[in-house]
Amino acid sequence: MHVFINLAYLVAAVLFIFGIKGMTTPKTAVRGNQLSAVGMLIAVVAALLEQNVVSYLYIIMGVLIGAGIGTFLAKKVQMTSMPEMVAALNGFGGGASLLVASANYLEMQKAAEMPLGMIAGMPEADLKWAIALILSILIGAVTLTGSFVAVGKLMGKLGDPSSIGMFKLIVKICFVLLVSGSIYFVIDGPLENADLLIVMVVLCLLLGVALVIPIGGADMPVVIALLNSYSGLAGSATGFVLGNNGLIITGSLVGASGLILTTIMCKAMNRSLTNVLFGGSMAAQAGVSKDENDAFYEGKVKVTSADEVAMLLDSAKKVVFVPGYGLAVAQAQHATRELASMLQAHDIDVKYAIHPVAGRMPGHMNVLLAEAEVPYEQLVEMDNINPEFAQTDVAIVLGANDVTNPAASKDPNSPIYGMPILEVQNAKTVIVVKRGLSPGFAGIPNELFINDNSLMVHGDAKLVLQEIISAMKDL
Amino acid sequence: MEMLMLTFTIFVLAIFVGVEVINKVPPTLHTPLMSGTNAISGIVVVGAIISSGGGEQTDGLSTFLGVLAIILACINIFGGFTVTDRMLHMFKKK
Repeated sequence: MHVFINLAYLVAAVLFIFGIKGMTTPKTAVRGNQLSAVGMLIAVVAALLEQNVVSYLYIIMGVLIGAGIGTFLAKKVQMTSMPEMVAALNGFGGGASLLVASANYLEMQKAAEMPLGMIAGMPEADLKWAIALILSILIGAVTLTGSFVAVGKLMGKLGDPSSIGMFKLIVKICFVLLVSGSIYFVIDGPLENADLLIVMVVLCLLLGVALVIPIGGADMPVVIALLNSYSGLAGSATGFVLGNNGLIITGSLVGASGLILTTIMCKAMNRSLTNVLFGGSMAAQAGVSKDENDAFYEGKVKVTSADEVAMLLDSAKKVVFVPGYGLAVAQAQHATRELASMLQAHDIDVKYAIHPVAGRMPGHMNVLLAEAEVPYEQLVEMDNINPEFAQTDVAIVLGANDVTNPAASKDPNSPIYGMPILEVQNAKTVIVVKRGLSPGFAGIPNELFINDNSLMVHGDAKLVLQEIISAMKDL
Repeated sequence: MEMLMLTFTIFVLAIFVGVEVINKVPPTLHTPLMSGTNAISGIVVVGAIISSGGGEQTDGLSTFLGVLAIILACINIFGGFTVTDRMLHMFKKK
């Protein structure tokens, strides 16, 4: 029986790999997700057949409550809030690993007191087990609190602290205490040191908070991806604790996924992971004052109206939309798609230029546009769209700022120098739709807005787009 | 020790498989990828089930922690798969 159960875990892990493989194209992705779900069902059934599972009441209760909450959240969440949702799920994943490892610790304590000192099907309380246990508990606890701080930051409930020195100090103290505590715990005999374990869990919960609070709100995409990776690694460590290969494989898949996305996000912002984690918020480092910002734009911005934009678009052959997070805030995805469809009806080539950090998490902008029924073939990645700007008649920048700033490639003194940008400035005409002239996340002015070929339309993206649409109809 | 080497080998090889497969996922699908991996990391429910199953190794507190773990893991499983499905259907329709 034992062999069959382990085989079932392996089958589940293989199905997860096929499931992720399905995600390589939008056409096969739905099926891939279903394959993963089947894998999960197989794993759960196998676990229910384990010899140490004798009563099902609590299990069923737990599954019903979790399933209810999970399904409710999944059906209700707005696409703009996906980053919060994923961050919360990271946290629950880390929390589950923490709890499973803690429960296992208590069970091992009880097993050690039994006359024979062993219960069938239980792992051995050896060095490997102790190290895995401590890792699983530590990573799980940091992921749990770190993720919920990230959720608070994404929701705008938690701001960026003005001074990060105190948090850096807390992180250092926690780190030293945890390393020495872990070594003592493992060497002195894990089963006798339950009090130390509790102290370390509390320290880790604190560490999770102190690590994420100083990170700037603009860097949350990196943090979510990193915590995603942690939640996987915590699961893997739990797999080592329980001696379950299925868990180890799945955890490492998730860990690898999070790590890859973290690297992609860091590259897209031209920053190292250490700089994101310990550098504080970008705006606090390099931001300009309001007066400097005003002086930069003084008298150099050309403002235009929706009617003129409509006329420009009418004579264009190729139009590229450049959406940023501001578009999502203004809920302007649907208006954008409506304008795009109108242009296409006029035989104008329409594309969307997507910067990797355009949304608030990897791939977020694509989901927001997909929700507005923009065909995914029209969404073009940065590297592929950049050469096309030279042949573009009109580029419309909607709620994007730093990712279009030419200073990133021209000005070595700029804080964003070296960050890959959408080369919007190469288009014949650039229309920038923006409420005012306030700086973006990087806290610096954008010279794109004062270029000769740039025209600004001030106002809320959704309202401006609707004005352009009605002006187009009147033409 | 041999057992440890074996499981560690599995861990390292699985990371390589993960990197190979995930590198091929296009940026368009990175958000569903993340929520999908959230769902599969709910596999830790397997350990939670064993702790909640009332075997002779469990006691009141460990069962309680186990049930709590089942709840969290199931939020991930059901929430993750459902929301991923929701998003992927948006990409599918024309």
